[in-house]
Amino acid sequence: MEMFKFGKLAALSLALAIAAGCSSKGGDSAGEGAVDPNAGYGANSGAVDGSLSAQEAALRAITTFYFEYDSSDLKPEAMQALDVHAKDLKANGNRVVLEGHADERGTREYNMALGERRAGAVQRYLVLQGVSPAQLELVSYGEERPVAMGTSEESWAQNRRVELRK
Amino acid sequence: MNIVKSLVLLALVWAGMAQAADPLVVSHGADRAIPIAVVPFGWQGGAMLPEDMAEIIGNDLRNSGYFEPIPRQNMLSMPNSAEGVFYRDWKALGAQYVLVGNVVPDGGRLSITYGVFNVSTEQQILTGNVGGTQQQLRDMAHYISDQSFEKMTGVKGAFSTRLLYVTAENLATNNTRYTLQRADYDGARAVTLLQSREPILSPTFAPDGKRIAYVSFEQKRPRIFIQHIDTGRREQITNFEGLNGAPAFSPDGNRLAFVLSRDGNPEIYVMNLMTRQLSRVTNHFAIDTEPFWGADGQTLYFTSDRAGKPQIYRTNVNGGSAERVTFVGNYNANPKLSADGKTMVMVHRQDGYHVFQVAAFDLQTSRLRILSQTNLDESPTVAANGTMLIYATRQQGRGVLMLVSTNGRVRIPLPTAQGDVREPSLSPFLR
Repeated sequence: MEMFKFGKLAALSLALAIAAGCSSKGGDSAGEGAVDPNAGYGANSGAVDGSLSAQEAALRAITTFYFEYDSSDLKPEAMQALDVHAKDLKANGNRVVLEGHADERGTREYNMALGERRAGAVQRYLVLQGVSPAQLELVSYGEERPVAMGTSEESWAQNRRVELRK
Repeated sequence: MNIVKSLVLLALVWAGMAQAADPLVVSHGADRAIPIAVVPFGWQGGAMLPEDMAEIIGNDLRNSGYFEPIPRQNMLSMPNSAEGVFYRDWKALGAQYVLVGNVVPDGGRLSITYGVFNVSTEQQILTGNVGGTQQQLRDMAHYISDQSFEKMTGVKGAFSTRLLYVTAENLATNNTRYTLQRADYDGARAVTLLQSREPILSPTFAPDGKRIAYVSFEQKRPRIFIQHIDTGRREQITNFEGLNGAPAFSPDGNRLAFVLSRDGNPEIYVMNLMTRQLSRVTNHFAIDTEPFWGADGQTLYFTSDRAGKPQIYRTNVNGGSAERVTFVGNYNANPKLSADGKTMVMVHRQDGYHVFQVAAFDLQTSRLRILSQTNLDESPTVAANGTMLIYATRQQGRGVLMLVSTNGRVRIPLPTAQGDVREPSLSPFLR
């Protein structure tokens, strides 16, 4: 929970809040004036297409996915962003690199393996969404490329990540 | 009879288990190191010598954990040859040994005569001569340490061995300079072997001491290289998709074990360096990494999390089932064997604790000794004679190297360059 102190994660939470609000509106074909039986209480007025793309853009902007200690389980918020990336990748056929990272605890080569395991979790998720494995290269940097220096849970949480790089 | 036998056996097994479950924390040795007087060397030349020979030799002997040099301000006399050694002076100080030396200019070179004396038997036990240039003073000091150490202990000295390590200097955001350094075993006289904007890790010496292997990200992916130290010639050894890491030369130097994840997850492979033929050693869906060769050239020790947490296993290089070696602790990784094959040094986390420390594990008795006292201690590397080890840790947010004697008496930081220092790896004996 400490993780939510961070700017990046705050942005992610915000994006998710938007995503959650919008997803209650149902399908992506809901046009102006269309009656959506699944519409929730929180449905905003205004251009639904506009807010949908804004929501998508916010998720698309998320290219770093965080993990718990010694874990390669994807968090639900990561999956929402990856859904958007999967859609894009299926459409454009581009090749991306999934860069896996670990925090500094434990040995360097073991952390290389942990970083790859995390990148592999992202890869598996994207492939399940229909992305071709040939579009995804895994590169683990282990603990060699921390984004946060320092020996603290806060730093470590920011370093346990997979970055999607175009 | 049989009952008695099995009771004895049971008691032995039980004793072994009890030891294994109760790791002994070594801070400082209980009994004292042997007092030795390393007398400042005589110098029969002009300008002062750039190196203090006695200080280097005294530090060497102390670093082994066997000896405690007597402070020079306590010395009643400072002889530089056998004629000046009066045993009563040294008995008064409690010295067990006295080491003296004299440096003489010799046609642009330097010639050093040295001797070691046993104070209790009042006998000179070693006399020797070594020569070289002024730039080789440290080599000569380490040589004298090696000769003296072996004479006094019966153990071959490892003070002339070399150390590899990696530095990382943060120059700016997204701009880090990584270097691979080779220094004396004590961190002095570092020379840059490789510089890169991308990470370097897992450097290791070949048994011949002339080649090294390491992982470099210079192609934006981890790839294994072998570099010839003298010529600087490099060969790329691997270019497989995924992890390419943790290289380890076989005892004969002809094979290289390493990790590849090309089959979907990290597995250990061995490459014949002559034929480049590759054979897979492990086959498990868990992480298998950090191979280290047994002295037989047939056994590979490695780290695996196949039981949930990282533990040490061993297997035959030709494959087959893996045998679990460590059971105590919730994290055991990066195994390194001493040259005699009796002790395995590794990164260890005790059950119920969160700190990573360096521990020595006796493969015969399963006794475990914690050798480091801090947290985030990693990458242990054992001196060729097993008396010392060096590991990486963090101090004030910076990576530093620590040297400890295997008997736990000595623990000192190594002087190294600026930046974050990590990945120490000691050479075998060199010649």
